[in-house]
Parts: sequence; C-alpha cells; structure tokens
Amino acid sequence: MGGDDLIALAISVRLAAVTTALLLLLCTPLAWWLGTGSSRWRAPVNAVVSLPLVLPPTVLGFYLLVFLGPQGPLGRALTLVGVASPAFSFTGLVIGSMIYSLPFVVQPLRDAFEGLGTRVLEVAATLSASPWDRFVSVVLPLSSRGFLTAAVLAFAHTLGEFGVVLMIGGNIPGRTQTASIAIFNHAETLEYGAANRLSATLVVIAFLLLLTVYASTRGRGARVQPWRWN
Amino acid sequence: MALELSLSLTRGSFSLQVDGRWPARGVTALFGRSGTGKTTLLRCIAGLERLPARVVFNDTVWQDATQFVPAHRRSIGYVFQEPSLFPHYDVRGNLEYGLRRRAPEARRVSLDEAVSLLGLETLLSHRPPQLSGGQRQRVAIARALLASPRLLLMDEPLSSLDEISKDEILPRLERLRDALDIPILYVSHALGEVMRLADELVLLEAGRVRAAGPLQSLLTRADLPLGGFDQAGSVLEGAVAEHDPQYHLSYVLVSGGRLALSLQALPPGHRVRVRIDARDVSLALQPSQQSSISNVLPGTVLDLRTEVDPAQMLVRVKVGADVLLARVTRRSAVQLGITEGMGVYVQIKSVALMDK
Repeated sequence: MGGDDLIALAISVRLAAVTTALLLLLCTPLAWWLGTGSSRWRAPVNAVVSLPLVLPPTVLGFYLLVFLGPQGPLGRALTLVGVASPAFSFTGLVIGSMIYSLPFVVQPLRDAFEGLGTRVLEVAATLSASPWDRFVSVVLPLSSRGFLTAAVLAFAHTLGEFGVVLMIGGNIPGRTQTASIAIFNHAETLEYGAANRLSATLVVIAFLLLLTVYASTRGRGARVQPWRWN
Repeated sequence: MALELSLSLTRGSFSLQVDGRWPARGVTALFGRSGTGKTTLLRCIAGLERLPARVVFNDTVWQDATQFVPAHRRSIGYVFQEPSLFPHYDVRGNLEYGLRRRAPEARRVSLDEAVSLLGLETLLSHRPPQLSGGQRQRVAIARALLASPRLLLMDEPLSSLDEISKDEILPRLERLRDALDIPILYVSHALGEVMRLADELVLLEAGRVRAAGPLQSLLTRADLPLGGFDQAGSVLEGAVAEHDPQYHLSYVLVSGGRLALSLQALPPGHRVRVRIDARDVSLALQPSQQSSISNVLPGTVLDLRTEVDPAQMLVRVKVGADVLLARVTRRSAVQLGITEGMGVYVQIKSVALMDK
C-alpha cells in the first residue's frame, strides 16, 4: 500500500473515531428523549433523524456545501466571527459524517432505552438513586449492547461513506481524501492493484467490527432488545 | 407519627378523592377491590406519580401545591406487585443497591438481618433469572428493607405469586413486621393477607375511603362489606393465661372466655391478638359434649345476613365484648331457628395467633 493510501486510511479511521465519539455524546440525550418521552414532536423528529438513511449521500453533501460553504449562510457567519468555513476541511468531514451516520447511532440507542421500561428506573428511584445515579448504575449497564451496536455501526458506516465526504471535503489528498475516495481515484486511473489492496483492507476492518457486535449477542438472552431496523 | 394524604383526581370515569391521616406505625392496609385506585395512591405517596396531591409524612412535607420531593429523596422503600430485580446484578448486588446509597449511620437494617428475615442465605450469588417468582419477591422485599426506609410501601407483593410462595412469604412478612420498627403501608385486595398482617385498615371503595380504623373494629362492622369476603373473620385481643405442656396447648383469655391454641413460648399475661376466620366458626344451641372442637364460647346473635352465595349466611355473634363472625349454611340457620338476640354457643375450629 502506498504512502498516500495509508494517509487516506488514517484520515478515514480518525474521521470515524471522532464522528463516533461525538455522535455517542450527542445522540444519547436525543435517543433518551425519543425512546422514553411522550412529546408529540417525537414522530417528526424520528422522521428527520432517519432521513439520512433514505436520501442519496450526494443530497446531504450538496446541502451541507450550500450551508457551510464560504458563500453559504453558516459559512459566511463563521467567516464574520473569524472562523474559516468548515467546507473542504476535516471539520467539514466530521459534520457531514455525523449527519450521515446519525440514524445508525440514534436507532440502537433509542431501542435500547425503550426496551428498558420504566420499572427498573422506578425501583432505583425508590432505592434513593438520583437521576444521574440511575443513568450510570441502571441505564448504561442495561443498554451496553445498544451502545456497542451504535458505536460499531457509526464507525463502520463512517469508514464506508463516499458521497458526503466527496461533496463537503473536496478530495484534497492528505487533508480530506478518505480511503473510499482514494479507491475511487485508483479505479478511475485503472490502478486496480492499489484499489484492490485498499478495498480489501476496508472489507476486513468492516467484517471485524461487525463480528464484535454479533459475537457479543450470544448468551446475553433478552436483556436488551437486539438492534433492528424500523 | 402519621401520614397525611389529600388527593383529588379525575381521569375520565375514574375518580379518586382521598383525604386522610393514617398512623405511620405498624402495618396499615389499604384494602379494596381492583380498580379502586390503591396503586395510584401508593405511587403518589412514593412520588412516582406527579398528581395534584398533598403528602405529609411525620411533619415533613413531601408534596403540596408548591413543592415536590422526588421519589429518591423521600426515604421510602417500595415493593412492586411483580418482583422487579435489576437483571445486571446478582442477588447480593440487588440487596446492596439501596444499602450503599444510605450513609452508614442512617442504616437501620443490616445485610445479615435482611438476609435471614427473608431466608436468602443460599441465594446471594444467584442471578435473577435463576430464581423462582417467590424467591425474587423475597429479594425485592429485602432490598427495600435495606434502604432503611422511613416508610415501606408494598403494592400487593404476593398477588403475582403462586399459593406455595405466598404461604412461604407471609410468615416472613409477619416476622419482619414484628422485628423491625418500620411503618408499612400494605396495598391488598386479599382480606386473608390483611387480617394476618394489618394493625390498621383503610377500606377503599370506588376511589373513596369508605372506612378507616383499627383492624379488629372494622372487620365485624355490620355496615361494611368486609364480612362478605371469602376470607372474612374477626380479630380479638387477649392475654396469655396459662400453658398445658401435656397437650401442647396455650390458653388465651379473651373478653368472652378462654381459647386454646397451639403451645406458644409466651409468658402468662402477655398481650396477644388472635384471628378467627368466619368459616372456622359454627353455631350450636347447647355446648356439645360429643365434639372434637375444644373452643366453645357462649354468645348472643346480633344479626344474620345473606351472603353472595344464597346457600350461606353470615351471623354476627357478640361474645363478651367482642363480635365474632360465623359462616353457616342457610339450612342450618333455619333448622336451628337462629334469630337476632338469641343465645348460642360458638364452636371455633381454629384460632391463629397474630403477633408474638
């Protein structure tokens, strides 16, 4: 594998790691609200969260570029306060990836929280556990599989994205060129050997990641509902 | 020591209007048929349900129009109808959950004490799925005790269990009631449980308090429907008189005479309560000599009333200062010519000691 390919792979892995960490942080409260709340806004919010599942990545990338680009409303506002537009930068990649992988984190977490039911939390409350205490001592351990699934899917899915990162990142080698874009470039220039090596690497990584999820299912019984598509 | 509760709630056709002040000592039973709002009341007292209510426990306001103390700061214990153990902890972990959240100086029940009261010695390292329903509920009860609650709320803790498990847990509840100084509010629709456990009774009907007071005074009241229940009976107060080791009997003196029951390790003079079920009481016009029943007391018929089952009648008999309930067949009542004011002999097949 060439040096450029290794750099592209490193960017992909770093992008996936940062995206996964941020998504887990942001989506936990959102998924909690969706899974346990009773607001009538839950249905529209659920639909919006699931949009990235069905929209072509190019659509997401296009709108992100429009909003975040130097001429976009957000990009311009950022420039005014002295911050560079996130388009064509690693930050832009992270923002795009977060939106793209959002449903892959929200859905397993929401299902895990829904599956908990209210009773265990009521029991904990009557045993003097504060809300935060209940979250740490009951919700987290009982939703561990949901968190594992969410993390693995977010990581693997971000690793494999193409359209969004191409639109918002702009394919700049060494900065925003991810492994999936490098493969596309290799194939375009008929470097099938290089494309193959990078592709095979991604296949192996994706397989190993998914294996951790399915291997952890064994013998865990019905503690947490298995992740499912809705 | 009292619990004050005012609650006014209407949800569709369901209405709950309660305004009461109940003693916070011993066992107070909230008794009523399903759907009368017992569980809602208990959840409101626990702070699990945010309802328009005023809850005051021992002069501490838990809830009124301006404030709401959340459940985790009310120092309560709660035993739910179905045993709800934490699936990610073993039995010991479940027991220690509430214990660890109490400062050592505020702990009033030790792990060993709770384990022995509920008989959990051999189960400590088991995980919840390995336990039977009865074992799980015993763990849930011990777990609630270990939170050293100032008030223990129990929502029909036996109703989801089979008869064998119930028979195993009830004596343990009696023991913990006697051993620990924790007031208990016990919701039930089973009169048998209430008669074995309760000191005070709050009778709920259609979302309202029909009557409240000491158990024995309510059980035999003619204006209340308690006599109509399958497990109806009466509770008498008395004192241990003497023991008869030869026949393994103890005698208890009640207002109407002397009752024999199985030998008890209690000193003469000790105050006790005994329970007599209506179906264990029969009536005779003369003190029968040819009977195996050893407890026979003279009394006067107060009134008769027809049961749900038209073959049965419930007779209230004044025995000394107490009132006993007797369930007899309508045919026997007619053949014996039982009428109000007539003198009879009550034959009592079984007397159960309530507290030790």
